Parts: sequence; C-alpha cells; structure tokens
Amino acid sequence: MYTQALNTAEADDRGLEDAGRAAQFQARIDAEERIEPNDWMPAAYRKTLTRQISQHAHSEIVGMLPEGNWITRAPSLRRKAALLAKVQDECGHGLYLYAAAETLGTSREELVDAMLAGKAKYSSIFNYPTLTWADIGTIGWLVDGAAIMNQIPLCRCSYGPYARAMIRVCKEESFHQRQGYEIMLTLCRGSDEQKAMAQDALDRWWWPVLMMFGPPDATSQHSDTSTKWKIKRFSNDELRQKFVDATVPQAQYLGLAIPDPGMTRDKEGHWRYSDIDWTEFKQVLAGNGPCNRDRMAARRKSHDEGAWVREAAAAYAAKRAQRQTAQAAE
Amino acid sequence: MPAANIQVSETPLVLYALRRADDALVLGHRLSEWCGHAPMMEEDMALSNIALDLIGQARELYTYAAKAEGKGNDEDKLAYLRDVRQYRNLLLVEQPNGDFAQTLVRQFFYSAFADLYWRAMMTSRDATLAAIAAKSEKESAYHLRHASEWIIRLGDGTDESRQRAQAAIDHLWAFTGEMFAADEGERALIHAGIAVDPGTLRGRWMTTLSEVVGEATLHLPQGDWMQQGGRSGRHSEHLGHLLSELQSMQRTFPGQTW
Repeated sequence: MYTQALNTAEADDRGLEDAGRAAQFQARIDAEERIEPNDWMPAAYRKTLTRQISQHAHSEIVGMLPEGNWITRAPSLRRKAALLAKVQDECGHGLYLYAAAETLGTSREELVDAMLAGKAKYSSIFNYPTLTWADIGTIGWLVDGAAIMNQIPLCRCSYGPYARAMIRVCKEESFHQRQGYEIMLTLCRGSDEQKAMAQDALDRWWWPVLMMFGPPDATSQHSDTSTKWKIKRFSNDELRQKFVDATVPQAQYLGLAIPDPGMTRDKEGHWRYSDIDWTEFKQVLAGNGPCNRDRMAARRKSHDEGAWVREAAAAYAAKRAQRQTAQAAE
Repeated sequence: MPAANIQVSETPLVLYALRRADDALVLGHRLSEWCGHAPMMEEDMALSNIALDLIGQARELYTYAAKAEGKGNDEDKLAYLRDVRQYRNLLLVEQPNGDFAQTLVRQFFYSAFADLYWRAMMTSRDATLAAIAAKSEKESAYHLRHASEWIIRLGDGTDESRQRAQAAIDHLWAFTGEMFAADEGERALIHAGIAVDPGTLRGRWMTTLSEVVGEATLHLPQGDWMQQGGRSGRHSEHLGHLLSELQSMQRTFPGQTW
C-alpha cells in the first residue's frame, strides 16, 4: 500500500569505498540511468533501499489486517468481492516488494523476521482501527490516495527493480483509490446515518493520513542522501501539500467537512492545514498506537501457526528432489 | 428494527440454484477468513483467489435463482436476508477452517466433486446453468489442482503435517455423502436434463480421491455413516455464527444501499 518517510539515518560509508566507482555511480544517477541488481552500488545505497523497500513490503502485509477486518462483514456481495480482491492486491504488492528487496541481497525470510521481531517498521497508519464500513471507503480514498502521492515519484526511483514494481503497484492503487472514493460517494448520497458514518470516518483518519508523509521538512535531517541518489524526489511537506490540495475539493464534492476548522486557502490556491500533532505520530511509531500490539500479535500468530505448513512444504520438496536424483542415478 | 428474513418461493429450479449458490458463498466466505492470516503470502493470494471465484459463482447463481423465482429478490437479499434454516448449503462447506490441513481437505473433497459436477453441467438444457458451469468448471479445475498438491505435500511432508492431514480427512469424511444425494425435486430436474445426477459422479470422485490420498501416503476412512441435513436447512451450529457476521450490516441497517 504505501511507503513512509521515516528518515532514519544511515551511516555514510562511501568514504570507505572506491572513490572512482562512487563518482561513476553518482554520474549514472545524475544521468537518470537505472541502477540494476548486479551493478556496483555504495553500501549505504544498498542499505537505505533494503530498509525502504522492505518497510514498504511490511506495510503492504500489515495493511491487509485493518481492511481484512471487514471482508467477512462487507455489506453486499459486490463490495465483499471488491474488498477481498483489494486486500489480495496488497498481498501481491508485498510479494513483489519483497522480491525487489531480495535483489539487494537480503532474503524475504530475514526481512520478515526483522519485522516480526519489531526491528523493522511499517507504516504508522495501519496502527489505527477500522471501526465501521466507512473506514474501508476512507482508507481507499485517503490512505491509498496518500500512498499514490508518495509512490508516483518512486516510479522514477534510481533503483530499477523498485521503480518497476512501483509502476504496477501505482496502477492498482489508483484503482483502489477510486473504489474507496466510490464507497464514500455511495455513503454520502445515502441515508443520514450513512453520511454520519462517512463524516466520522473522515474525522478519525484525516490527521493520521497527513502523518503518513513523515515528519516536517524542518526536522528531517536525512533526506539529503536519498535526494542525491534520486530515491526521493520530493520532500515530505511538498508531498503532503500536494495531497491536501488534491483532497480538499474531493471532500467538498462529497459534502464532508475536513476536521480542521483552521484550514485556509492561500493566495496561490493552496489549502493550508493547521499544525499536526507530531506527539501522536511519535507515540504510534514508538509502538503506542491503538492497534500496534494487535497488528504485531496477528502477524506473529499467523507466522507461528503456519510454521508446520512451511516445514511440510520444505520437507516434501526435499523428498521429491531426493527421489528425482535417485531416479536419475538408476 | 433489524431487517427481517425474506421468504423465498422454492420451486425445484429456484431451490436447485439456491443450494449451489449457498455452497459457493459459504465456502468462499470461509476461505476469505484466511485473508491476511495464511501460513505464507502465496497462500494468502491463492485462498483469496479461490474465495473470489466462489463468491463470483454464488453471485451468478443467486441472480439466476432470483430471476427464476421472479418475486423481486436479488443476489444480496438472498445472501443477506435468509436465516440459518433457510440456507441450503452442504454441511461440508460450513465447517470451520480449523488448521490449514482442515481447510485444504475440505477444499479437496469439495473441489474434487465440483470439478466433475460443473463439467457435467456444461451440457445442462438450462442455458444459464450451462453457461455458469462452463466458467465454474475452469475455476474448479484449478481449485482441485491447488488442493491436491497441498494434500500430497502435507501427507508426504513431516510427521506433524501427515498427522494433521489424516485427522482432517477423518474429521470431514462424514460430510461428503451429502454431495451425492438428490431429493425428489432434483430428480425431476435430472429427468428433464437440467440437472446432473450427482450419484453418477461418485465413482470418478472416489478415483480422484484415492489417487491423491494414495500419493500423499494417507488413507480414506472405512466408515460409511454420513451426516445429512444442509440441503433442507438442518445445519451444524457453525453456520449461524458465520451468517451473523456475514449479514451484520444488512441486518443492522435495513434497506440501505452500499
């Protein structure tokens, strides 16, 4: 579903590497060439991307939980099929993102283990609960909308496998976003009760969605390298503003109120939002969001309860390989 | 005021479509419960895919049942506004997911039947049922292949997986007989060339089972006592809970558009 700018520092160890190769590498980036898995790359570039892509993959997989919460309760068969297909898409995104991360040399198992051990992060947004059906519409509309804002520039990311994965992911996300908006439209054209459900969902998700773009530029110190390497092309605040400007008219069309009474429109036509409560963001990142513990517990439970299945599949594959070798030897 | 049950005029054809629709929806719903919780991501994808196929089949069959009934019902009313006693699915498909072995054995028993059933139904004299069968047969063939591969992997995998797979077979076996039964109304449809006599599929179903279960180094139970009742609305206790979840929105907010 989505990648988050967490701006974690990476040791800048380029100094230890061949300066000539580093210069050549940067020249390729500057010329908008794609870096491919077998190309030489600075260790910090590899590390930054492994972290970012795997974090993105974890977000897709954990992101299945809040929406999956409504698959069995979707209000019509059409909605049920669409939601199931959507959550399945998120899983598919997770799979190709793990595959993209693996091209950098770390296995899916290691990456998943790091997430289950609480060492790797996933998007903070999935630590909020889906309480009503309107939350499913809101997630599609806003969370996927924010994801698209973040991910469209990643289609031009310097690392080839990530950029290519993003092209496909963005197409599907754009479909999800329209689907979510259509759920909201149906609710807003429905009964008073349905409209109130839609407004309540917007009230709860608005601020957490704005936090998805990461800390304000003034406090981010580590975007510089990512920008230089063309992994990141826009700052957190630039993307956040683009998202707000695109979303406010959509809310107006729905007849919903953005829960920010202080919001104003400036001379250039930008919607200026009020201060974001970064304490809440930090708390959620620190593990204290409403659902952090539930999400991790659910992922660990599936992983632990599925261990015997994975072991069986591996044991069977080994037996079969052995039989084939024995047969070939006869 | 929660939404009340609808009443359905169950002519033989309506009932026939409804029974197959309920099978597909209930099993699709059960599989959808795995989404996000499967033992590996590939299975999250596969089980969701199968669930989507089954929900798709259910929608076509409900729509046809509603049309055949001609009383203004539709797919959602049939799915969301009938209570447990009005549901007509096989007892097999409503059984809880249990562990992965139980889910896959349930799927294997059903898909081995559905694959034969839909293939035979492609020559139904009812054009709509024949068209639904043509689509469903392709899907069922994949579902059967997926389930068969897992039965073999689990049976011939580790001691634990073998024991779990055998336990699932032993547990679910008594729910398989119902697939081959046909009541008087269905007999008339069979006679008219609209329906297939499920009894005629049993031999080939057993052949499929024996081959796969044999390769999996598992065995089929000897017992021949079979549970019945799903087709006439006498279900296990499990179905009511499934329906209370499935139907919660439509029951809580009656008559609204979603």
